[in-house]
Amino acid sequence: MADKILVVLEQRDSQLKKISFEVAKAGSDIAKSTGSEVQAVIVGNEVADLNKIGNYGVKKVTVLKNSELVDYSPSAYSKAVADFANEVGANVLFFGNTALGKDLAPRVAVKLDAGIAMDCVELNNTDGNIVATRPIYAGKALIDVQINSDKKVFTLRPNVFNPGDPSTEDAEIVEKNIDSPDLSTKVIETKKAEGKLDVAEASIIVSGGRGMKEADNFKLVEELADVLGAAVGASRAVVDAGWRPHAEQVGQTGKTVSPNLYVALGISGAIQHLAGMRSSKYIVAINKDPDAPIFQVADYGITGDVFEVVPALIEELKK
Amino acid sequence: MKIAVCISHVPDTATNIKIGEDGKSINPTDVTYIINPYDEIAVEEALKTKEKVGGEVVAISLGTDANKDSIRKALAMGVDSAVLLKDENFRDSFGLAKALAEEIKAQEAELVFFGKQAVDFDNSITGQLTAELLGYNCVSVVVDFNLDGNKITAEREIEGGKEVVETTLPAVITAQKGLNEPRYASLKGIMAAKRKTIEEKEAVSSESKIEILQMKKPQGKQAGKILGSDASAVPELVRLLKEEAKVI
Repeated sequence: MADKILVVLEQRDSQLKKISFEVAKAGSDIAKSTGSEVQAVIVGNEVADLNKIGNYGVKKVTVLKNSELVDYSPSAYSKAVADFANEVGANVLFFGNTALGKDLAPRVAVKLDAGIAMDCVELNNTDGNIVATRPIYAGKALIDVQINSDKKVFTLRPNVFNPGDPSTEDAEIVEKNIDSPDLSTKVIETKKAEGKLDVAEASIIVSGGRGMKEADNFKLVEELADVLGAAVGASRAVVDAGWRPHAEQVGQTGKTVSPNLYVALGISGAIQHLAGMRSSKYIVAINKDPDAPIFQVADYGITGDVFEVVPALIEELKK
Repeated sequence: MKIAVCISHVPDTATNIKIGEDGKSINPTDVTYIINPYDEIAVEEALKTKEKVGGEVVAISLGTDANKDSIRKALAMGVDSAVLLKDENFRDSFGLAKALAEEIKAQEAELVFFGKQAVDFDNSITGQLTAELLGYNCVSVVVDFNLDGNKITAEREIEGGKEVVETTLPAVITAQKGLNEPRYASLKGIMAAKRKTIEEKEAVSSESKIEILQMKKPQGKQAGKILGSDASAVPELVRLLKEEAKVI
């Protein structure tokens, strides 16, 4: 049965986020496969470069617009998106599984009485039904799920759905004003961690563990991350020790990540940590202990002293 | 003020998950269950709020008799009373939220704390769903929480920073690591928890909107190449990252 698919895009400071292209491409791919219609929607004000969504197969995008909606408001955004979904008769919605998507998607789902599958890493068309694969237990297991309600909401894990090469096609942009939005819950300020990449968004992560010996030695982790344009991550042990902020923690009680490259420095690879990073495309491990479990998932390993190997690696990469 | 805190009973994060015979659930043999780590943070914030503004804290958990272990943990930390909504069957987040919302309504709780996610199914949405079903305001993934009269100012974690959010009661708050350091239960608290009764009710029924077709293990990543045991392996590592993996 053909669906009416709505992909919900994301902006920050009126710039489209990368996840928007990933969700657009995944939505248009599944639409093609099930013979469904697809269009996009975004809440904001003057969002830049919206036509580029056409590069990823979605030909129409509607901006739900109000100068008060540049920053996130759960109450206003959820009402605007749910009303729009009803207006266009959308029965399948895709969001990014981001800080915003994880907050917004469940509220929209309740307003639409839709079943919701979070953090999907794979979408398949099984006889016209969308079957989604999603990790549970931080990736120690996966489930294939199907939503049986009439309306369905899926959120897609960032960095997993490859948007591929952009075409040159532009999307048609439609503007729709949102009058007197419900701002009962509203973001009043955004505090940015200056100049820092977040592990949840980075395509390369350099993580340090207890093998770094002390907080000060994370300078080395930061320097390698700098050379690679990577985000800094940390194991639970070093976060619990107070060496690094919890926002950097990778693993079951931290963030689950899937970067292109994950470099583990002085990390032994406890099961909670492996669960959070094992779906990385390439894993490099540098650890003195050749029996460390991290080597069981590493594509490339060096069983040496991080304090000797990492400076050499930084030098080599600078060449 | 009546404050509620919702609690999940989940496998310890050190558990090696095995798939059960039905191929749709985990094999519970040798699995140790604990209170969801984020829910401990939620309990702590509920207690801190009560200490500041007065009132009482009720813990609510949905599941089987086994959940009582985690409920007792919350009681030992200082929660005043507890309700177990009994249900033996699998529920999706929506079904869970429906039952919790009913109980929160019955308790007339104006402020509700959840952990930001349960570390079993990792949906991270039960708090938001419950808030929306109740018509409560909600701030998720909170690392700083302030209540002043009716007004809430909270910081939520986002990619590469934080958002400062303003809202009002009644509200649902979902707790992220960093919000507080959960207290240890005192011996006195543990003894007192043993004497407290856990009220048991049948959870309101709800049809699951999600169907699990299959549970499976992720494809095992193969151990790769060990390139050496010192810095002499570095040039080869860089070459492989550039030419074979093509990731830098």
